[in-house]
Amino acid sequence: MDLKELYRDVIVDHNKHPRNFGKIDHADAHADGHNPLCGDQLTVTVKLDGDVISDVKFEGSGCAISTASASLMTEAVHGKSKQQFNSLHDQVHDMLTRHDSTIDPMSLGKLGALSGVREFPARVKCASLCWHTLQAALQNQNQLVSTE
Amino acid sequence: MNAPLKSSALAAKVGDVDVITIRRDFPILNQQINGHTLAYLDNAASAQHPQSVIDAISRYYQHDHANVHRGVHTLSQRATEQYEGAREVVRQFINASSSKEIIFTRGTTEAINLVAESFVRPRVKPGNEILISALEHHANIVPWQHVCKYTGAILKIIPITEQGEVDFAAFEQMIGSRTKLLALTHVSNALGTIVPVEKFISVAKRLGVPVLLDGAQAVPHSSVDVQKLDCDFYCFSAHKLCGPTGIGVLYGREKILNAMPPWQGGGDMILTVSFEKTTYNQLPWKFEAGTPHIAGAIGMAAAIRYLQALNMNHIAAYESQLLHYATEQLQRISGLRIIGTATHKAAVVSFVMQGIHPHDLGTILDSQGIAIRTGHHCAMPVMTFFKIPATARASFAFYNTFAEIDQLVAALHSAREMLM
Repeated sequence: MDLKELYRDVIVDHNKHPRNFGKIDHADAHADGHNPLCGDQLTVTVKLDGDVISDVKFEGSGCAISTASASLMTEAVHGKSKQQFNSLHDQVHDMLTRHDSTIDPMSLGKLGALSGVREFPARVKCASLCWHTLQAALQNQNQLVSTE
Repeated sequence: MNAPLKSSALAAKVGDVDVITIRRDFPILNQQINGHTLAYLDNAASAQHPQSVIDAISRYYQHDHANVHRGVHTLSQRATEQYEGAREVVRQFINASSSKEIIFTRGTTEAINLVAESFVRPRVKPGNEILISALEHHANIVPWQHVCKYTGAILKIIPITEQGEVDFAAFEQMIGSRTKLLALTHVSNALGTIVPVEKFISVAKRLGVPVLLDGAQAVPHSSVDVQKLDCDFYCFSAHKLCGPTGIGVLYGREKILNAMPPWQGGGDMILTVSFEKTTYNQLPWKFEAGTPHIAGAIGMAAAIRYLQALNMNHIAAYESQLLHYATEQLQRISGLRIIGTATHKAAVVSFVMQGIHPHDLGTILDSQGIAIRTGHHCAMPVMTFFKIPATARASFAFYNTFAEIDQLVAALHSAREMLM
């Protein structure tokens, strides 16, 4: 178990300097996520241009993995349609959870830095919380998402 | 500032016994985790077992197992003797006046629920109050919320101070004729605060308010005398005492327990059953429906014997040295803030580090063989009070060493380097 696989430079950087941190006023969609086990809490707000994510922000408090994952996600989904987001969501989920994942982390760009998480089962929920939350927001389920 | 203590200069002894010798009794401690010697600092969550406990359980299953209280055959008699013998060991341990006052439960949580459902719920009316403190963990909050929901009673919370102590002056203002129960933790699991329960009990007694103490964190670290405390109920779990999970104790004053209706129905808690009428068994079996956790009770008794052989006062004295050393060392780490600075504490240090989430600390420490708890410690209101989502918590037992605290401190420095 190599910690450097988990806390890669990209992760540490996005934790220290989270991108798109904050709240969009008059958002078209939003959802709250909560991980009761560790107390991570985040809110995702989205601006839509038709079916396309034109802006997305997150705020809340969480560990380095949860913060970096949310920060990386907001960068990656900019300009994507809901369908494209769902596809990316599934690929990231596969990469985070499956040891036999066929997803090439390199194909996901910076998001590939999250691939080390799967070696730390206790931390998978930290990385996936923001993805589930944004998915709920896009499905207009303005409700609380919980990892438990 | 005084010159820092050095772990090498401190004698790790419980009474006359070297901690190194004690550690040989705990097989689980002798292992490598992620290439490092295990430092188990999560004792407030669950303590480890000496070989004598493991042997007692194993011997019971190998030689003596049968159901209790119902067989004339030899094995059933042996099992019954050992199970009831365990009750007597517990009675002596907390100095209850009779073994009828010792009810075996699944743990602290079930013990509190038993009191909530059988004692409090039938007695309270709308507008009556149940008094707890803001230090409680969920097991001493949620059962009372249930009672309040179904009876219209009101749950009142005694505030805590910035040091993590229960505010006695506020308590004196809050307790009164409407109060039907005071349910208080003896030692806080999240912060380590030792609550001076004697003061609270004496006020409650003056007003005729029954008192329940949650002793889950107190019993492993100090000698507890329920008669001296003068509480009406005392609850604890075996697994924090180096015993098995799934077994714990409700102590209740005999007179009160006698007047309480049974909580759960089933075998063992009855004398006669017909479809028209059932007569209940006497104490303590009235509250032990169904086949109990026989091996659990036997394991708990073995754990208590082990602790008594070491002497609870010697254990408390050594753990207090560990706490003192850990507090001093951790305070030297820049950006580290200890949460819970009560004057009297059990060997628990809860802390946060600026810029590093406790969950990340947990993972980084684990990679260096150190087991600590991170999170809200099932005491979310305590976290809310300190405006933090979680803490990292190192909690010590008598088998921990000063060197393990050094290992913790070194790992915290490396966490800073990695994430800051």
